[in-house]
Amino acid sequence: MNAPVILDRRRVLAGGGALIVSFSLAPALADDAGPAPKPPGSLATAPYLDSWIRIDADGSITAFTGKAELGQGFKTAFQQIAAEELDVAFDALKVVTADTGRTANEGYTSGSQSTQYSGTAIQNAAAQVRALLMAEAAKRVDLPVESFRTENGAVIASDGQRLGYGELVAGDMLHVQAQPKSKLKDPATYRVMGQPIQRVDIPAKVTGGAAYVQDMRLPGMVHARIIRPPSYGAVLTACDTSAVEKMPGLVKVVRDGNFLAVVTKKEFQSVKAMKALSAAAKWKETASLPKQDDLLAVLTGLKSNDMTIFEQSNPAAVGQKTLEATFTRPYQAHGSIGPSCAVAQLIDGEMTVWTHTQGVYPDRAGIAEMLKVPPASVRLIHVEGSGCYGHNGADDAAADAALIARAMPGTPVRVQWMREQEHSWEPFGPAMVTRLKASLDGSGRIADWHFDVWTNTHSMRPGGAGSMLAAQHMAQPFAVPPPEVLPLPAGGGDRNAIPIYKFPNAKVVHHFIPEMPVRISAMRALGAYHNVFSIESFMDELAAAAGADPIEFRLKHLEDKRGREVIEKAAQAFGWQKGQKAPQGRGYGFAFARYKSLAAYCAIASEVEVNSETGRPRLVRAVAAVDSGQVVNPDGLTNQIEGAIVQSMSWTLYEAVTFDDTRITSIDWQTYPILRFDAVPDTIEVHIINRPGLPFLGSGETGQGPAAASIANAIANATGKRLRNLPLTRKRIKDAIDA
Amino acid sequence: MMTLKVNGHDHQIDADPDTPLLYVLREDIQLNAAKFGCGLGQCGACTVIVDGKAVLSCITPLLLLEGKQVTTLEGLGTVETPATIQRAFMEEQAAQCGYCIAGMMMRAQALLQKNPKPTDAQIRTELEPHLCRCGTHMRILRAVHRAAHLMQTADASPVQRSAQ
Repeated sequence: MNAPVILDRRRVLAGGGALIVSFSLAPALADDAGPAPKPPGSLATAPYLDSWIRIDADGSITAFTGKAELGQGFKTAFQQIAAEELDVAFDALKVVTADTGRTANEGYTSGSQSTQYSGTAIQNAAAQVRALLMAEAAKRVDLPVESFRTENGAVIASDGQRLGYGELVAGDMLHVQAQPKSKLKDPATYRVMGQPIQRVDIPAKVTGGAAYVQDMRLPGMVHARIIRPPSYGAVLTACDTSAVEKMPGLVKVVRDGNFLAVVTKKEFQSVKAMKALSAAAKWKETASLPKQDDLLAVLTGLKSNDMTIFEQSNPAAVGQKTLEATFTRPYQAHGSIGPSCAVAQLIDGEMTVWTHTQGVYPDRAGIAEMLKVPPASVRLIHVEGSGCYGHNGADDAAADAALIARAMPGTPVRVQWMREQEHSWEPFGPAMVTRLKASLDGSGRIADWHFDVWTNTHSMRPGGAGSMLAAQHMAQPFAVPPPEVLPLPAGGGDRNAIPIYKFPNAKVVHHFIPEMPVRISAMRALGAYHNVFSIESFMDELAAAAGADPIEFRLKHLEDKRGREVIEKAAQAFGWQKGQKAPQGRGYGFAFARYKSLAAYCAIASEVEVNSETGRPRLVRAVAAVDSGQVVNPDGLTNQIEGAIVQSMSWTLYEAVTFDDTRITSIDWQTYPILRFDAVPDTIEVHIINRPGLPFLGSGETGQGPAAASIANAIANATGKRLRNLPLTRKRIKDAIDA
Repeated sequence: MMTLKVNGHDHQIDADPDTPLLYVLREDIQLNAAKFGCGLGQCGACTVIVDGKAVLSCITPLLLLEGKQVTTLEGLGTVETPATIQRAFMEEQAAQCGYCIAGMMMRAQALLQKNPKPTDAQIRTELEPHLCRCGTHMRILRAVHRAAHLMQTADASPVQRSAQ
């Protein structure tokens, strides 16, 4: 029976179908009279099993994901998921990530959705593939399928016969649509999932292996630098290129309207040529930027579309003591350590772009539109870049490279942005204003709650060409597309604006501002960062007004069981005690949220030291508890939460994009300072509450908001002063202490 | 044309003398580890070791390197035979995106060659020029401590190559 068997597709499909019918007859589904349920995760939109799992005749296995590895480590997690459900060793398969030529269209890698959507798809596809292989083995050996098991890439019959996956797979056997339900493994039997397996990408990264798009070197590759306008809307009025064209190594000057670039043989030659051309270029600038020092007035003064997104009333509950507070967040930068980069090559009318975009498919659509070619003639391949934390310059660099490569058919073109370009041209995290008002009843409960948030959209990611700088700057430019309200429940600027706590009366209004005076887009956690900062700061203010312990006060208003457990875990691990006073000069803070109201739960307790002479704050220690459902890789999850706390601390204590009336003025690490090692905490602890068998809950962004509020609450606890305007700088704290 | 000694090998380099070392390492010698982060000496991603000292290669012109020994992360060890510092960073899983890590490791290596038993405060002070945006700092500190510990013990095998 080991001889190769040629099966026609029809027979295989029939066989697979017969097996799948047995899933479909599961009682839960049999009772469901509604429309046919869709398979879970991204299988709903890309249902073919071979879009996710491929097995070759030699037994080699590949799992595919349309998501992009950004340093979150999910490539390793997905390998664990696939290995577990396929019943093979972790090392027995490879994972291929976002590539329009090879993987499913999973949109953007954003919103902590990779594991929730793509991981779930791989998990279910792998389980169904394993079932198909067992069914095929049953047919070949002629034993009932129940008498088979799988182990190490083979199906083994009760009589000991062993059929490797490679020999079982034939033709289009896996080119079948996924069924709504899979027979997933019992979590108690997991061997690969739930283990802290070391990340597959780290060895190359710590030994100088080629790991990033910046490391790509194609034969004959040339180097390009862009000469960006000095400010938004600047117009190139004159540009004498004659001197630059004589510079050593110069291959080409590319000019298309306000898009200006140099191309040279060697890389540093392009830096020199860029500087020379930058000096020669004359621009007409327009003062169009708002007042940086008064974002509160700026944002609340712009025209907004006001949407009540949550309303609840119970006239029986009456407030007696009312508090009001306004919180602001400045524009903040993603600040990738490696400026954006892309490589593009046009061969026989086919454009290939290697890019660290978060969305190969949407970015391809934008580039194709810009180049006025069919999307099928453009291929985008994701290659890792420096961490992005949202929409940074990656997509713009990809468009830059494509535009230049079009002008030089056959030649691979590498575009590398400079530090100043990343800092001044990346789309920033949008500024925000929140206004909160709440009343306490006689028993110290919140009787009514009002929350208003003013902000732009929180995503201007490509979909069309107009989202990309190159297309905006061309002689025949593409208009910036109108901003869109991102739909709830995940939301955009209103992400996490609806409180998880239960209040008898509540109203939440999203003031969506279409006008965008500063270039903005998605930044890690979107509006949740500031909304959670505001809600959780205000909860502490209300707790103080009620004379209650902050944790006790939260639990009093929280019904969500998993949320309560996360809070209790963080409090207990921190050693939180009601009424406990921190040592002199220090304060304790606490905050909690469920990211997007539907993803991972996270609670953070922190201890902050404030120097009363200088106002300088330092996070001394943080203790987090997180529930992200079934854990795939506990060390990867811990790494994400540690990073979220440290990054959010940097945003919260230091960061604001600065500008005058015309230009962005925070253009490097001196003018946009971020955390350095002197301010790194003594310790960060992360406690995971694992939920075996429950759905994966996105966790990459869950820490941003709670970390900010926990630190703010600790500063208030240390100083007795409440700071509501981000960032909570040394000077603002000092001024508050002195006030 | 000048001779540049990198990781123990002589390389004949045909580049302008004002070319920053970083570009020579990445383009002429095709090494990946030293990274372009700012070109301004503000972030540390480009750090390499020159004659035992950590140097920001993005602002160090080629002309200053005649007769000096340059060591990059590639010169310490490989995936198969990692140097102690590399092993420590792998064991601590001290990276997220990892873009800043090579520079961090080179400065840590220079520190440990000079001071095999640094205190936590000394490590933090030494790493001050380096930025990490993912917030991997806690793991980076743990990895440097681990490397120091490993170097003190016979456990430093399989390979303990020392940067020049």
